[in-house]
This record gives sequence, C-alpha cells and structure tokens, in this order.
Amino acid sequence: MNARLLPYVLILPVTLFLGVFFLYPFVLVAKLAFVGSEGLSLENFRDVISYWKFPISLKNTMLLAAVVVPVQLALALLMATMVNRMEKGRDLVLYIWTIPLGISDLAAGIIWLAIFEQSGFLNSMMTGLGLSDGPVNFLSYQNPGIVFLAIALAEIWRATAIMLVILVAGIGLIPKEYYEAAEVFGASPWQRFRRITLPMLRPSLQTALILRVVLAFEVFAVVAALGGTLFPVLMGEIYAYQFDLQNTNAAAALALIVLAISVVFTLIILRALRVPKGATI
Amino acid sequence: MTDAATTLVDQSRTRSSGRWLYAASITLLCAWVIVPLYLLLINTLSAPETVNSFPKSFIPEFDLGSLQFFAGFRGMLEALRNSIVVALLTMVMSVLIGAPAGYALSRFEFRGKELFRMLILLTRAFPLPLLALPLAVLFIRTGLDDTAFGLALVHTTLALPFAVLITFSLFSGIPVELEEAAWTLGCTRLTAFTKVVLPLILPGITASAIFAFVISWNEVFAAAVLTIENRTLTAFLLQTLGEAPMHLKFAGGFILVVPALIFIFAVRKYLFAMWGIANR
Amino acid sequence: MAEIQIKNVAKRFGSYQALHDINLTIADQEFMVLLGASGCGKSTLLRIIAGLETQSTGEVWIGGRRIDHLPPKDRGIAMVFQNYAVFPHLTVFENIGFGLRMQKLPNDQVTRRVQRTAELMHIEQLLKRYSGELSGGQRQRVAVARALAMEPDVILMDEPLSNLDALLRLEMRAELKGVLAESNTTAIYVTHDQVEAMSLADRISVMHQGRIVQAASPVEVYRNPAERFVAGFIGNPPMNFLPAVNSGNGQWTVAGRSLPGPQSAAGNLDFAIRPEDLRIASEGLTARVRLVEPLGAHLLVTCDVEGTMFRAILDSDMAIRAGDHLTLAPMQDRIRWFDPETTRSVA
Repeated sequence: MNARLLPYVLILPVTLFLGVFFLYPFVLVAKLAFVGSEGLSLENFRDVISYWKFPISLKNTMLLAAVVVPVQLALALLMATMVNRMEKGRDLVLYIWTIPLGISDLAAGIIWLAIFEQSGFLNSMMTGLGLSDGPVNFLSYQNPGIVFLAIALAEIWRATAIMLVILVAGIGLIPKEYYEAAEVFGASPWQRFRRITLPMLRPSLQTALILRVVLAFEVFAVVAALGGTLFPVLMGEIYAYQFDLQNTNAAAALALIVLAISVVFTLIILRALRVPKGATI
Repeated sequence: MTDAATTLVDQSRTRSSGRWLYAASITLLCAWVIVPLYLLLINTLSAPETVNSFPKSFIPEFDLGSLQFFAGFRGMLEALRNSIVVALLTMVMSVLIGAPAGYALSRFEFRGKELFRMLILLTRAFPLPLLALPLAVLFIRTGLDDTAFGLALVHTTLALPFAVLITFSLFSGIPVELEEAAWTLGCTRLTAFTKVVLPLILPGITASAIFAFVISWNEVFAAAVLTIENRTLTAFLLQTLGEAPMHLKFAGGFILVVPALIFIFAVRKYLFAMWGIANR
Repeated sequence: MAEIQIKNVAKRFGSYQALHDINLTIADQEFMVLLGASGCGKSTLLRIIAGLETQSTGEVWIGGRRIDHLPPKDRGIAMVFQNYAVFPHLTVFENIGFGLRMQKLPNDQVTRRVQRTAELMHIEQLLKRYSGELSGGQRQRVAVARALAMEPDVILMDEPLSNLDALLRLEMRAELKGVLAESNTTAIYVTHDQVEAMSLADRISVMHQGRIVQAASPVEVYRNPAERFVAGFIGNPPMNFLPAVNSGNGQWTVAGRSLPGPQSAAGNLDFAIRPEDLRIASEGLTARVRLVEPLGAHLLVTCDVEGTMFRAILDSDMAIRAGDHLTLAPMQDRIRWFDPETTRSVA
C-alpha cells in the first residue's frame, strides 16, 4: 500500500468513531439543550437554573471538587516521592496503592457505606471503644457534615490512585543527574522537591489535574451510594431529569453547563501549568 | 570532642526516627487502601442477618449467605452477564480500532497528525458519560437502545483515547529498526508487523485490553442512562440502591471490586510505562 | 553481477534538501564506504538504496535492474543496522534464519546455512540464546550473520561498529573486512569514522551537505583531496591552510616566503600541507610554537604562522617548547593548492 496513505487509513477508524460518538453527540446535546417549546431558546437553561436544587447541587459539586482534588494532589505527590526513594517492596506498595484505580465509583461508594451506615463498622468501633452509646445514623439529614465527609473520603480513597500513577510515571522520567547536581550544589531534600521535582513534573501534573478535575465534576455514583438525595450534585440532577422527570432537553441543558465548567477548568489548568517551549526534559 | 560525638548520635537518632516515620507512613497509607476493602470483604462473607446486625465483628464468618442471596436476586445474574458482554465488546472494539491509530502515531509523520492528537486529547477535557444523553435519543431511532452493543459503543468512546495513547506508547517502545530489518529480510509491511511487532507487543496490548474492559465494567452513568431492561451490574445496583437490602449492596459491590484487583495485578508491570509516555 | 548505479538521486524532507543530485556507480564486489559528518546525507542515501526511504527524484539500479520502486524485500539486499536490530523474541538461530524462513526454504537448508554463517562469525555456540543474553559485540555478529545468511547481492551497513567499544571495534573491523572479501558481495558501508573508512574501503565517497564531494580510493582521498572540505575533513589532524598570493611565473607568496606552485592566472589560492609533511629546515615558514602534545613516536606541535593556526607532526626526540620559533619546510611534492572561490583543487 502507498506509504503516504497508510497512516490515514490507520487513523480513519478512530476518527470516524470519535466523529460519530464524540463530536456528533456534542452537536446533538447542544441542539437538545437549545430546543424549547417554540423553536430555539434559552428556555431549558432558565428552567434548569431557576430550579431550587440547581444552586445547591452546583455548590455541592464545586465544594466537593475544591476539597477532594487538592487533598488528592498532595497525597499523590507525597506517595509518589515516598515510593520514588524506596528500594525494597516498591512493587508491592505500588500494587496496593494503585488497587483503587480499578474500582468503580459505585463500588467505592458501597465500600464506604459499609463503614458509615448505621450498623456499619464506624459505629461498631465507636461503641466498642465506648465512644458512643449506640449506633448513630451518620448518613442522614441531621448530619450533613458527616455525609459530606463520607463522600469526600470515598472520593479521595478511590481516585488518588489515578494521580499517583501519572505522577510516579512522570517522576520516573526525570533523570537522576538533576537531583545529583542539585545535591552537589547543596540543595536540601525539600529544595530538591521544590526546585526540581515540581517544575519538571509540570506536564504530568497538568494531565493528572485535568483528568481529576473533570472526573470530580462527574461525581455521581459515590454520592448516590452514600448520600442519596441528601447531597444533590450536578450529575445526579442530570440523571434525575433524564429518568425521573423524563425531560431530556433539561438534562441536556444541565449537561452543557457541566461540559462548560469542565472545559473552563481544563483551560485554566493548561494555562497555569504550561511548560515553556524548549523547557521539556 | 564530646560535642562532636553528641552531634553524631543526634544525627543518627534523627535519621533512624526519620526512617521509622517513613516506614510508618507507608504502612499507614497501605492500610488506608486495604482496610476499607477488608471491611467490604467481611460484609460479603457474612450471613445477611449478620450484615444487618449491630455491632459488627471485625472478622469474617465465611458464610456465603449474602453471595447466595445476590446470585438468587431476580435480574442480578443477567445484569452480571450484560456487564461482561458489554465489557468484552468494548475491549475488542477499542483495541481493534485504537491500536492501528496508535501505530500510525508512533511510526509516521503525516499532515494532520497534531490535529488528530488534539482530537484524542480533547476527549479528556469532557465528561464523556454525558454524551450518553443525546445518544439515548439517537439509539432509539436506530434500534440500538437498550442493547449491549449500543452501550459498548459509548464505552468504547470512553476507552478509545486511552487505547490509542497506550498503544502509541507501546509501539514507540519498539525500535523501528526491528521492522526495517524484517523488511530487508524478506517481509512485507504486514508480515513484518505480524512476525516481529505483534509478538513483542502482545503483552502490552493485553494490558490495554484489560484496561478497556475495566473502564466499561466500572462505568455507571451511561450504563444507567442507556439501558432499561438489559441493565449492566453497575446500572442494576444503582437502580436498586434505594430499596435493596444492605447485604445485596455489599455482595454486589464485592463482585464489582474483584475484577479490579485482578486487573491491577495483571497490568501492574505496564501501568507506569503506559502512563509515562501516553500522558505527555 | 551486482553493480549499483545511483542516477540523479535527490531527497527533500519538506523544505530541507537532504540529498542533491547524487550520481555514483559502485562496481560488482566493490567495498564502498560513504564517509561524512552526521547530517551529511550518507545514511539517507543508504536507506534509499535499501528501500527504507523513497527518493524524491532519481533512479537506483542494482545488477542492471531498476529497483527504486520495489519494496526492500525484492531488492536483493541485506542490511546491518547501527543498533543491530536483533529480534528480541527470537533465538540467535531464528534470527539468522529469519530471512531464509521468509523465503520458505526447507528446514534442512535453513539449518545448514545458519550453521555455516554462524561458524563464519564465530557464534555457533550462541545459537540457542536470546538477544537479551548477548553482549553488544555478539549482537553485532548476529546482525552480520543474519545479513550474510541471505547470500545477498548487496550488503548495506549503517555505522555497524559505532556502538562498540574501541578495542572491539578494531577486532570486528578486521574480521568484517575478511568475511566480506570472501563473500563476493558488493558492500556499501556508512560511517563517520575516517580510520574505519580508510581501513575497509576499496573506494570512499566523501559526503558533505547532501553531495558527494569526492569518490576515490582511500589513498587518493588522503593524498589528493578534490576539495578544500575533504582536505580539512580527512586526516587527524587535517591539512593546514595558508593564503597564497600570485607573484607570477608559477611562484606564490605564502607567509612571506616564495614557493613554486601552479601556473595559474588567479590572484589568490589556498596553500595546503599535511602536518606530517613538514620538516624543520633552515629555509621555510616561520612558526611560533603555542602548544606541544607528545603522541609517543611523534610530537603534535600547534603553532601560529602569521596569525593562522598551523600544525606540524615532528619527531619526538626534538626538544620543542611553547614559545619557540621554528622554521618549517613543506615537502614540495605534498603541497596542494585550492581555489578559494570554487574550493576545488588546482593542479
């Protein structure tokens, strides 16, 4: 076959597939969102935004992302640097730390449900230690703080691994000589981390943050398993519009809002962590 | 003299206490991952009555009651089967469609390459499960609604960018000279690929296939939106969250987790290599 | 018969012209070395002959057959790569037999030919190993054996020794020369190492900026460089140059001295002499010594002649120090002259 055509033949299936199942649905979702009872309008957006649950679910989603992502970033950085200087047992520790990578958000929600539910392990432990007289219903409307905590913990537990993997891979790409050079020039471990690891890790940090932030706005099943209706989030509302209210147009409008938020944050991260041309390893 | 000695002792003391702190934090972080899984295991391997009783024991009683209840629950086994079918379809489609593109990216310079890379990376900035909404409408029109194949198409969209980037990095790890040597030794492009590249890349391809399988297996939102009768396990569990008894949830959660453990174990060698280049 | 003819071959990568209009004929069973600095186009030319790269224009003929439109497998060539390209998933035996298996030769023939080439390359005891268990030198032997087992008309080698350490390179160089001389194949060998080129080649093509500047025997390239570039590239250290002014009647003024040179109407030429072709004498060029580097049998003396760097290789029993003034006489029949405009040699 003609060597000039071959690459195009090879990428054609993916391009077609993404065209039909990624780009085209975009157009569709936008169309659905802007179609009102009489032609094109912002009606759906008005309806969605003026619904009383919208501000709460927006606030909850953002708050959750704002709490979870920084904790995950710090934790993943800590774990990645710790494992980087490990000699023995590195593979085992990495295997254990990356287990949650393969666990679905629904399963993660159920796992933490086992801990926080009324007859769960947290209550059992607290009663066993004499800290409380009987089982407390943590996941109820009386304890919104604990509901939030449970959801945040489940998210941190589940999705730190993805950042860890990206960061460990990124740190692995930084040549050892830079650290040795820095050490010769008298940099302390903390300075080496600040002045070498962090700046050189920028491309990986970028990827990790984008993936995580976008996923954080998609939070859904963890919340469904732990909070149910106690903690409305945007994705849950979209699901409710689609299923319970059978209002696809409103669901599409809300989906477009989530998409917009995701894109805005992606752009912010790209800009904040951009790597100057020629400054790559 | 004594001063110097004290400093030395102090230094070795800080060093050993630092090492102790280091080992302790690693152990703690391992426990942070494992303990919740262990607690789920206790619940899964306990009789339904135990699961709903209080207080809980921290040792499993190895009773298969909950799992039996899970298996006997109406629709659950079909859901499990659907999950496997959808995940297998996703796995096959994303590797078959994605790997050629990964190969093209690693071996050729061509006009539009950057644009193509952009398209792949663009998928990352969007919450893809949302695309299930318009597709639900589209699928009803084309008769793909509520089918394993329809859902697998959406899951392939999720898995495809990973498949492309991972296979790209795998192919890039195979020196192009090996292929060129094969050409000079009597191979065509195709036979050089099947005789030289494929045997070398097969373990990596398997890893990325497993990755695609798990992406589909774990996906909740699109599965819940796109299936009604033919629910996957995640969609089924999500739907029953409200009314299902605790032991059913835990057994279901456990069944969801098992492939994850196997998956991470199977691809552990590739996890970092795959992510290393694929995410630049 | 496998004469190779390269006719008007040019190669562009986008706006970059990697090869300009190359014309070269390589005789049957000749050992041709393409020599040049990195980026000169020598590997590109080799890869075009192999069919791994497609020329922008021009033709390649092997044994009277035009082959530039054929895939590599149909060109009757075999190739040895710089990084050996030994297949890691196959044993040494299967690596050497790979091409034969592709030709669907019967098993016993494959075994016989693999055995024979393995013995030729002294690796018959390694046949069951995988490439991961071999040293660099052993891999190199496998790569050569794999090419020879094909019994090709033409064997192409792309810097095959450059990844080996110095001692091994010397050993492999001699061995390669012996093996190829017996094999009756035409060989094209790409290298940036002029010593390697000198020792192996029947003929050297010196390449520079996508052109062949001289194609001649090693001695000819050394003694009579066709261009100033070749004079400044070949030899370690290379030739010395000084500006010369025409003083009429075939006499040229070089650094204040009058020397006989070509009968030319040109006003200026470049005078060139190899460092080993200088002697200390009473008449000659006045040079001030800047640096003396003992090389064992010789001294490499770096001097300054009227502000131009000038090197001489002199006998090591002479007591020469930095700051000394020397009078260096060039051996008359070794002096070469170059036109500063065209950079070509002037007789």
